[in-house]
Amino acid sequence: MSTDDTVLALRGVVKTFPGVKALNGVDFTLRKGEIHALLGENGAGKSTLIKVMTGVYRRNGGIIALDGTEIHPANTGDAQDLGISTVYQEVNLLPNLTVAQNVFLEREPKRFGIIDWRRMNREARELLLGYDLDIDVTAPLNSYSVAVQQLIAIARGVSMSAKVLILDEPTASLDAEEVASLFNIMRDLRDRGIGIVFVTHFLDQVYAVCDRITILRNGTLVGEYEAATLSQQDLVSHMLGKELEKAVHEKVGQAEAQTRETLFELNQGSSDVLEPLDISVCAGQVVGLAGLLGSGRTELCKLVFGVDELSQGDAKLNNQSIRFSNTRQAVVAGLGLCPEDRKKDGILGPMSIRENMIMALQNKRGWWRYIPMKKQRELAEHYVKVLKIATSDIEKPINQLSGGNQQKVILARWLAAEPKLMLLDEPTRGIDVGAHAEIIQLIRKLCDDGLGLLVASSELEELVEFADKVVVMRDRRKVAELSGSDISQQTIMQAIAGQS
Amino acid sequence: MRYKDLSPAVRRSLWPIIGLFVLLLANVLISPEFFSIEIKDGRFYGSLIDVMNRAAPVALLAIGMTLVIATGGVDLSVGSVMAIAGAVSAGLIVGGVDNIAIVIGGGLLAGVAAGFVNGFLVGYFGIQPIVATLILMVAGRGIAQLINSGQIVTFHHEAFEYLGVGYLFGLPFPIILVIITFVLVQLLMRRTALGLFVEGVGANASASHYIGINDKLIKLMVYCVSGLCAAVAGMIAAADIGGSDANNAGLWLELDAILAVVIGGASLMGGRFSVFLSIIGALIIQALTITIILSGVPPKFNLLIKAAAIIVILLLQSPEFHRQIARFKKAGGAQS
Repeated sequence: MSTDDTVLALRGVVKTFPGVKALNGVDFTLRKGEIHALLGENGAGKSTLIKVMTGVYRRNGGIIALDGTEIHPANTGDAQDLGISTVYQEVNLLPNLTVAQNVFLEREPKRFGIIDWRRMNREARELLLGYDLDIDVTAPLNSYSVAVQQLIAIARGVSMSAKVLILDEPTASLDAEEVASLFNIMRDLRDRGIGIVFVTHFLDQVYAVCDRITILRNGTLVGEYEAATLSQQDLVSHMLGKELEKAVHEKVGQAEAQTRETLFELNQGSSDVLEPLDISVCAGQVVGLAGLLGSGRTELCKLVFGVDELSQGDAKLNNQSIRFSNTRQAVVAGLGLCPEDRKKDGILGPMSIRENMIMALQNKRGWWRYIPMKKQRELAEHYVKVLKIATSDIEKPINQLSGGNQQKVILARWLAAEPKLMLLDEPTRGIDVGAHAEIIQLIRKLCDDGLGLLVASSELEELVEFADKVVVMRDRRKVAELSGSDISQQTIMQAIAGQS
Repeated sequence: MRYKDLSPAVRRSLWPIIGLFVLLLANVLISPEFFSIEIKDGRFYGSLIDVMNRAAPVALLAIGMTLVIATGGVDLSVGSVMAIAGAVSAGLIVGGVDNIAIVIGGGLLAGVAAGFVNGFLVGYFGIQPIVATLILMVAGRGIAQLINSGQIVTFHHEAFEYLGVGYLFGLPFPIILVIITFVLVQLLMRRTALGLFVEGVGANASASHYIGINDKLIKLMVYCVSGLCAAVAGMIAAADIGGSDANNAGLWLELDAILAVVIGGASLMGGRFSVFLSIIGALIIQALTITIILSGVPPKFNLLIKAAAIIVILLLQSPEFHRQIARFKKAGGAQS
């Protein structure tokens, strides 16, 4: 069944939740000294599979064998003791404790029953030096970047005698350089014989670092492939179960744009954190906002939506001057904002899909005009169908959905409120390829319906694909505006880099 | 239908109701006439009526507290606000005001003002609820003492005393007040979208803000409602004894009110709420007290028994406890 170098073998693993079969007889084989990508769309079962391996969930059937012996991890600590360590996208260490305390949490070196601080700090330092981290281990963890925190989490996991290291989207919040150094560490660990499971949404990274690839779809195994022999196109179609169509769309050229009605205008508008700038959006136009992290994209969205106050200049919607002193006025005027940080500013976690969806419409109508329950259900069921949200029940709490589906619910929330201008701040962050393509198609469709869209994104490819006009931001000011056929990744990058 | 097939809402309501039912049943076993209700001069008398009557102040506090807790806050000042409202009404009566509307209006106004201060500190200045309301919890009794000039102010005012000792439709008036408040709050929360907004703000204040909900105003409102409920409870307490005792009126009742809400299954993190279950919670606390008295256990055991019973009720409704039990059963089943 398995070769000698297999470290972790899953055979026919089944996991069911009420109403859903999340894993349906999945096989997964991890060898010693390999980096193995685990891929699939949102809801394909990647997270569930990982949670079954690490003891967060208990499987309902099938076998998990570590080094040939069957295991039944009851919780993450159990899995850790067996040699399966996990590092999540959001580092789950204790940010207020020191680096050394985190590394040795629950296994502090002791002397006469009390913690030997000096030894702990020394050993932590030595350990981290092995990961090219020359840092002060007595500083609190949160004084370091997410990238460093992640390496610390890996170091902690590996030092606890890991045979299997699971990395769940570790690169989501890292920049290119940090990703490169993470990959070096991963290769180094692989050469030391550790089996690494790597979950990511970035397909380029799969090819950069992985040896083999396992693909899941809808809770079942699609197949296991050698990374060297699987083309990116095949990979994507395996994940989606269909051929990927390239979304083609006619860009609204400058000439045409001039004949359209201007929907929204900002003249020399500025806030406390933005330099004065002009921006205009027509009905049926997608305006992309490009720029590096911290360039002012998010701040611009907040300014337009009235979260931040306009300190000078003026804003016009349908040629009428607007000035919002709170977000409700913006919503009533016909604006909607999908915020960048979905978890923090987007979802109402414990509330149902239905409630999350009707909230904006309800707020627009005012608190005294409660939407009848029947209408609420109709709305929710309509959008679940139209946006293909994967859920068995509209009364399910939104925090039980995957990221892509949560994003769709939030889009539905605003669509239900029928806005004129939608602001999407990083609408595709942390979303897999399938949902990504669907959301981009949705953006196109909305714009065909006459909605004006302002979309901030750090993915240039995406901007080129859907934007009729791209506004490039740098250092909290607008540095360029590209439109029509001038829009290409090259021109955007040049503008970001300041060479035009 | 098995327990795990029930909807979360039903599951949540099940345990407080069962808890109350078991307590009442225990009372019947201890004293068989517990459920008997007599009618004398068109008024109902009986232990059940007593339980409800005595639970009224805490039930009123719990109604307001439910909304505050649903937004992720807590209102520690309600006991002191009771004292303030009682003192204001007593002061008005002693000062020669005879118009019942002014006497009651004054008390209510004091409650709303107190709630406004709390809500303003929490909503608009972002002060943590426990700290913001702690200020008034301490200062409130001081204010009440100042109003009373440090005395226990006694009064006689028939119309006002009706709040505490009157009867309507054969029921003690405090019970009627609880019912009226419950119906009003329920209409306000569930027939409009306010309840949804309150839950939204509790679930995620920042996301609610992005949706355009005025989260600050919602917070201000719930503290005002809580202050108002506390004022009604305070006036009942004052009317009941025909006097305003700034030191003892509503003393520690904020804790009973929080407990009632928690027994009703609400999370202190905010989000979902049920005013009805909080009232059940208040009844459980009162029924428990009566059970202990009826059972003839020496009074020195009262507090301990109360604590133990509450732990049992809270365990019964904890999902984690149910998981543990299920796991334990499964393990036991596998061995045998």
